[in-house]
Amino acid sequence: MTTQLLLVQALNGLQLGILLFLVAAGLTLVFGVMDFINLAHGVQYMLGAYLGASLAAATGSFWLGLLLALPAALLAGLVLEVLVFRHLYDRDHLAQVLATFGVILFLNEGVKLVWGAAPLQVAVPPLLEGGVQIMPGLQYPLYRVAVLGAGLATAGLLWWLVERTRAGMLVRAGATNAPMVSALGVDIGRLFTLVFAFGAMLAGFAGVLAGPIFSVEPGMGDTVLILAFVVIVIGGIGSIRGAFIAALLVGLIDTLGKSLMPDLMRLFLDASAARQAGAALASMLVYVAMAAILAFRPAGLFPVRAD
Amino acid sequence: MTGIGRRGLLGGTTALLAAPAILHAQPAGGVKIGVVAVQTGPQAALGNQLKDGFALGLRHLEGKLGGLTAETVIIDDELKPDVAVTKVRAALERDKVDFIVGVVFSNILQAIIRPVTESNTFLISTNAGPSTFAGRGCNPFFFTTSYNNDQVHSVMGQAAQDNGYRRVFVMVPNYQAGRDAVAGFKSKFQGEVVDEVYVPLTQLDFSAELAKIAAARPDAIFTFMPGGLGVNLVRQYRQAGLANIPFLSTFTVDEATLPAQGDAALGFYSAASWAPNMDNPQNRRFVGDYLAAHNAVPATYAAQAYDAAMLLDSAIRKVGGNLANKDALRTAIRAADFRSVRGPFAFGVNHYPVQDFWLLKVGRRADGKLETQTDRKVFTNAVDPWAAECRMR
Repeated sequence: MTTQLLLVQALNGLQLGILLFLVAAGLTLVFGVMDFINLAHGVQYMLGAYLGASLAAATGSFWLGLLLALPAALLAGLVLEVLVFRHLYDRDHLAQVLATFGVILFLNEGVKLVWGAAPLQVAVPPLLEGGVQIMPGLQYPLYRVAVLGAGLATAGLLWWLVERTRAGMLVRAGATNAPMVSALGVDIGRLFTLVFAFGAMLAGFAGVLAGPIFSVEPGMGDTVLILAFVVIVIGGIGSIRGAFIAALLVGLIDTLGKSLMPDLMRLFLDASAARQAGAALASMLVYVAMAAILAFRPAGLFPVRAD
Repeated sequence: MTGIGRRGLLGGTTALLAAPAILHAQPAGGVKIGVVAVQTGPQAALGNQLKDGFALGLRHLEGKLGGLTAETVIIDDELKPDVAVTKVRAALERDKVDFIVGVVFSNILQAIIRPVTESNTFLISTNAGPSTFAGRGCNPFFFTTSYNNDQVHSVMGQAAQDNGYRRVFVMVPNYQAGRDAVAGFKSKFQGEVVDEVYVPLTQLDFSAELAKIAAARPDAIFTFMPGGLGVNLVRQYRQAGLANIPFLSTFTVDEATLPAQGDAALGFYSAASWAPNMDNPQNRRFVGDYLAAHNAVPATYAAQAYDAAMLLDSAIRKVGGNLANKDALRTAIRAADFRSVRGPFAFGVNHYPVQDFWLLKVGRRADGKLETQTDRKVFTNAVDPWAAECRMR
């Protein structure tokens, strides 16, 4: 493994991290502020991808599709909140898990009824076609550079919203002690709805961005959801800063693990065993890291909740 | 109800045999087919192809199989072996189906083969073809109209060998079928396998692996990435500018995934025993009518299911609609006296097809849609590698 390849892999890891952050940001807000386990966050990501794909196809422009998909995802989030989730805030976590899991099944099938079971195609917008040569024979697609930029901009915007605005202050206060905020005369119900819709829009945004890179298909949100939960648990539930750091960490661990583990294993095992053991270990690495971090910091890297 | 139907049928058999010309005019009993096709989850696209291919075959046969009015029962296996067994048992015992047809995935086939064959019902797999039932485990009540999975991977190994590639990079998902793919490829490829990369089945982003491929600079890559995995890989491979390294694959670029892969897959290679552009009358009719009905190019899942309908038609016709004599029915199925959409078709001793295998390349059709097209024939009348171990004669 050359230094150059190592650098390229580090870049790949950061990029995966940014993508994960886009999904995890909304999840950590909802979980942190409302103490509400929303397994359906993944299907909101999927819904965003589908809305983006069909709106882009209908308008003939990726950008218009993106622009229209955001309010549509927001609206979908609001509808879900009013119809289903609102009635679950006071229930225990088990009821929330069961109900939101039901929403996953319902929406995965619903998407299949509307769009069919076959994966959809989303073309890379012409403006972002092509790539930058980062090592001999390997292009870094321009589109991924744009996703990196969008992820960093989102992180910046969220930081500003949460740390520097009145709404953000309420969100932080709500994450720390919701009953107290309510007692001080803030309509916590409306705040929750707002946070939820915003979280749904963030998930939708991530979904639209993922369209040209990943397969847009029913159930696409399920794999992302698991990693997103790992990210917010490592980062500390409710903390945007934690989610950002943790997402980068998970992206780096996953990517570098996959590229280094098989080589590392070769020091102890013969080639074919090393490859399989390395691959198996690499896919566990993220969860091992989570366990290790939780052993030392049970509330995650940047805990928010006061209790 | 079915008992009476069968008795009536037996009584009429002699008359039918005596006058085969008026077979259609006879008010014969019906035949019930259970079609096992996954309808739930991301893999439902494949199940739909299978179901639609079989339905089109029935339509071309005017709803009859060998003169008997055909009725189909769709069984959604949900890609869960336990669910498949329960539903297939219900089809056998409650619906009294005469044949079970279909099955996309091998693990489902492994689960249902015993309940079906132990009830002396013929099971015709139209896709799953694990080597488990090709050798010592071959079964008198089991036929497949697809292939032995190992063969498809070995076609790619042979093609890489024939192309004179010296160094090939191999990447597959880390599960049994992935490891089988590597073994199949290596059985024919004698050059150097630069690296073997195993990725998790839930892999989304291939950046790390693509960087490895670029660093290794192989003559070609061989991969097996079914479904959404393949969509992700093909797009990212093209976006990374690696497309100048030949992309050899099995079950990765086909008509089920091409609509999502789009132009990114142009020029990529696959292997199969059938392709939509094969030039014979029955294939032209099949592809043309499938396109007209579904506005999509059929994949092998549909073609092999279509062939299964034609196979059943020929067999039931041969026995004059008498489904009770299993030995005669078996001989009739084994004869494979029908015109396959892939051209030459015969069954080997183990009830797996003896057929030609092709190297396919993704190209554009006249109507702008993408399809896999025959590049060259790699194996002629290939018998699968396990047939010799089958003691069924």
